[in-house]
Amino acid sequence: MAYAAGVDVGSTQTKAVIIDENRKIVSRSLIDTGANVIHAAQHAYDLALDNAGQREVEVEYIIGTGYGRYRVTFGNAQVTEISCHGRGAVHLFPGTRTVVDMGGQDTKAIKVNDTGEIVDFCMNDKCAAGTGRFLGAAAAALDIPLNDLGDTALRYTKPVRISTTCTVFAESEVLSWLGKGKKIEDILWGVHQSIASRSAGLLRRVGIEDQVTFTGGVTRNVAMVRAIEERLETKLNISEDSHYMGAVGAALFALDRILSSRSPRDSVEAKA
Amino acid sequence: MVSDKHEELVGRGNREGAQLFRDWFGELSHTAETGGQAAYVFVMGSLNEILKTFDLPVVFPEINSLQTAVRRVAHEYLAEAEDYGYSPDICGYVKADFAMLQRGGDHPMGQVPKPSIAVLTNACNTYIKWAEIWERMFEIPVVTIDIPGTREADGQTWSGHVDFDNDRRYVEAQLRELITTCEEVTGKKFDIDKLREVLHHANGISVGWKKVLELNKTRPSLFNALTDGTIFLGVANGFRGTATGSAYFERLVEEMEYKAEHGIGTLTEELYRLIFVGVPCYPIFRRFNEMFTEWGGTFIHSTYLWFASGGTNRGFEYDTARPIESLAEGVLISVRDAMDSMFHQDRVLADMIEGYHVDGIIYHPIKSCRTVSTGLADARRYLSKHHDVPSLFIESDMMDRRVVSEAQMKNRIDAFFEGLASRRQQATIG
Repeated sequence: MAYAAGVDVGSTQTKAVIIDENRKIVSRSLIDTGANVIHAAQHAYDLALDNAGQREVEVEYIIGTGYGRYRVTFGNAQVTEISCHGRGAVHLFPGTRTVVDMGGQDTKAIKVNDTGEIVDFCMNDKCAAGTGRFLGAAAAALDIPLNDLGDTALRYTKPVRISTTCTVFAESEVLSWLGKGKKIEDILWGVHQSIASRSAGLLRRVGIEDQVTFTGGVTRNVAMVRAIEERLETKLNISEDSHYMGAVGAALFALDRILSSRSPRDSVEAKA
Repeated sequence: MVSDKHEELVGRGNREGAQLFRDWFGELSHTAETGGQAAYVFVMGSLNEILKTFDLPVVFPEINSLQTAVRRVAHEYLAEAEDYGYSPDICGYVKADFAMLQRGGDHPMGQVPKPSIAVLTNACNTYIKWAEIWERMFEIPVVTIDIPGTREADGQTWSGHVDFDNDRRYVEAQLRELITTCEEVTGKKFDIDKLREVLHHANGISVGWKKVLELNKTRPSLFNALTDGTIFLGVANGFRGTATGSAYFERLVEEMEYKAEHGIGTLTEELYRLIFVGVPCYPIFRRFNEMFTEWGGTFIHSTYLWFASGGTNRGFEYDTARPIESLAEGVLISVRDAMDSMFHQDRVLADMIEGYHVDGIIYHPIKSCRTVSTGLADARRYLSKHHDVPSLFIESDMMDRRVVSEAQMKNRIDAFFEGLASRRQQATIG
């Protein structure tokens, strides 16, 4: 049995996934990236190997992705997270034609075809507005653990409108609403709506086509899922592996290379 | 074994272009040091033909400014202009020029002389406000030539059409006013035979430029439209109307024909042929290009080579038997074409795709120039709807490194090429 791995070194977290040659995920790991990117990549990969448990996993090919993809020093090749999220999303949800990936420092809107090929993509530019970092700033201002943000926000009754799109200014705006006596859950829902609005704008630039799959770390935030669904008026594809989608896509590309090396036909990625 | 001819010809355009650039700035420095007269002009409608007739050295502030970015000192000039009170949102070219003038003309390539006259067209709205700065700083005459834009939705009108002929007369009258102003500024009498000679040399550049651009249909491509092309463009602008410029393009055509004949391309392996739309990212000029060549991508064409040559790409040839009338005709056609290359890029790109075997289009809107960036999104949508050519939209700036994020740019470029590779594989599989 052949195994392939994908290591997604993101700005906030690093994910590693190992798949077998049937494209089944056999192991995954997730850690904070921290300051030492090379170490994070290695550590996440080692954890994924450990998590494979009793299996005799021998990984033949590893692809690094994410902003730290060139820091996956033990990897065989690199592929951008844009391609990887698209590929992973179509693998888990074959009906996917649009992907919204929300991570720590950027949000991507990706349009794909039925093979997972990228048709178009769009990202936030040089600004963390509308990203996970925006949520982090709000959570810090409100002194709420990041993991509790979603559940808290969904208890809103009279949501406020967050006008700033700047992550730095978000904190001061949140504090000003607190000063006006607004409830935390109402402010938080406003923050989620603001981010959903930015994401919808990116998605419209590439063209929204059903089905829409949500990927990245923010998929674990139930309020963000709802805010985007309401904004797009469509149901989002999400799975427990949505957070790992970049690493899943990378592992799939890695498997392609293993399989193509067994056949006379060269793969495109091998040339890339 | 590389022949002597190969050694002599391949890369000659770049070598000679760089030398001409140094010579040009040397002349400007000399003019500045000796207190000589100079004309400030812009690339879209420089009116070099008339200014050269009066032996006025021409200063292209746009070129001066971009040179500060290429030489990685633009941020110093931008900061000085912003310290003075200019907004970060104002055109970076304007700010670098303003700061350079505040420094008394100190430029990384030499000394820039003060203007005796400024000549501009309405091809860019910022030109008008920019020239007003010089007018206030130096109390010089500023001549604005109003070029009526393209009148028909689907292209230009031509000689013989009533609208065109009216527009030509309108431009001609303004050119005659410019000649009078030049006489007043220089104290020289206008010499129509000298104008004929200048027009003759300008014709040499126009014909050569058009030919060079067309030769890049060859596979592999003969020059990189972004890097090499910008050198050629500098000569086309700075040496317009001179025997030196005309000879340069004649020799450039010879080089390109030789490369075409011998299959000499710009890359070892040309995998993807790309069109560049917009103004280059000068703060990381070489690196920007490398991010494409690393994937085997090369720019075979660019809208920049059209509009920043003031429409010289049209290859319009003046009729020296009726110089002023023909100059008006040429200015009208060329400057219109330059404007259309910015504002109707959908049509321009549709033309460019034909015959150039294009694999992808790179749109590069820039923060500090609305003139060239507004409408790019529309052009892209239009083109995507009518032509099956993948495209990439990357935003940065032509001057301001604060808004140039190389890591983000590379991520997008890499993803674009991954898509191109995948698309090519799918096409192979069928």
